[in-house]
Amino acid sequence: MSAVSAFAVGLLFGLGLIVSGMTDPSKIIGFLDVTGDWDPSLAFVMGGAVLVGLVAFRIARRRTKAFLGGAMHLPTARQIDRPLIVGGLAFGVGWGLAGYCPGPAVVALGAGQDKAVVFVIAMIAGMALYEAADRHFHARRRRRTPREFSDVAGDA
Amino acid sequence: MIDWTHFTPWSSAAGGIMIGAAAAMLVLLNGRIAGVAGIIGGVLRPAGGDLAWRLAFIIGLLVAPVVYVAFVADPAPPTIEASYPVLLAAGLLVGAGTRYGSGCTSGHGVCGLSRLSPRSLAATLTFMAAGFVTVFVVRHLLAGGPA
Repeated sequence: MSAVSAFAVGLLFGLGLIVSGMTDPSKIIGFLDVTGDWDPSLAFVMGGAVLVGLVAFRIARRRTKAFLGGAMHLPTARQIDRPLIVGGLAFGVGWGLAGYCPGPAVVALGAGQDKAVVFVIAMIAGMALYEAADRHFHARRRRRTPREFSDVAGDA
Repeated sequence: MIDWTHFTPWSSAAGGIMIGAAAAMLVLLNGRIAGVAGIIGGVLRPAGGDLAWRLAFIIGLLVAPVVYVAFVADPAPPTIEASYPVLLAAGLLVGAGTRYGSGCTSGHGVCGLSRLSPRSLAATLTFMAAGFVTVFVVRHLLAGGPA
């Protein structure tokens, strides 16, 4: 059941990305090009999404269980630390170079864009690299910040 | 200057509402954050029995363009300026960066801002700033394009 709803969510999410225009990297670059011909469309995507999200997360915060019965996995990390900023900087540079972030890249892969194939393979390699490094330093980092890296569900 | 020829406020806001509705469904039905980087990253680090919903979500993303073409229209072909070597470097940075920083545009941007999380706001401002600077450097400093 949870897989069925996750599939429907992925489909709706992907259709939203297509409708919004965000699967075209030139729209992303157009938004990031604030000193050139600036296309503010992405701000409207975020605005529309957050408007709905605000209501949903207000409801979610008051619940301990999801409506399908599973546990509510809300992020617990609060600190603004070096991994958050360094990771954000690396992501932002890659985003600016290609015009793809993970969601639109996967949708573009589904559409059969050649360049998305290369990007997604490299992206998964980057994630695997992170996993390898994280495992390598896991013990040391766990002693310093015990909660933050302990749970994948704590993402974002 | 605002690029009025490419600016699409209505369709972008409509798509945004769909993305927000998807994020709302995932958190309310499944109790999960719709962060694409986190969902893919979790496949590489499977923790007991949570592989199925992650793969189902990713398959949903992959079939979205097929469904769109079948029922709506052929979308305009995208413009991808980046060369293959640049895409390779960018992919590595996006993959490692989103995992190290615990989120991407959907996880920190859409969901984090919706949760009013200061941590996600800091992340969103950071990757946006890095994106602004990168495009400025590539388009205006290196390429010598129109300022």
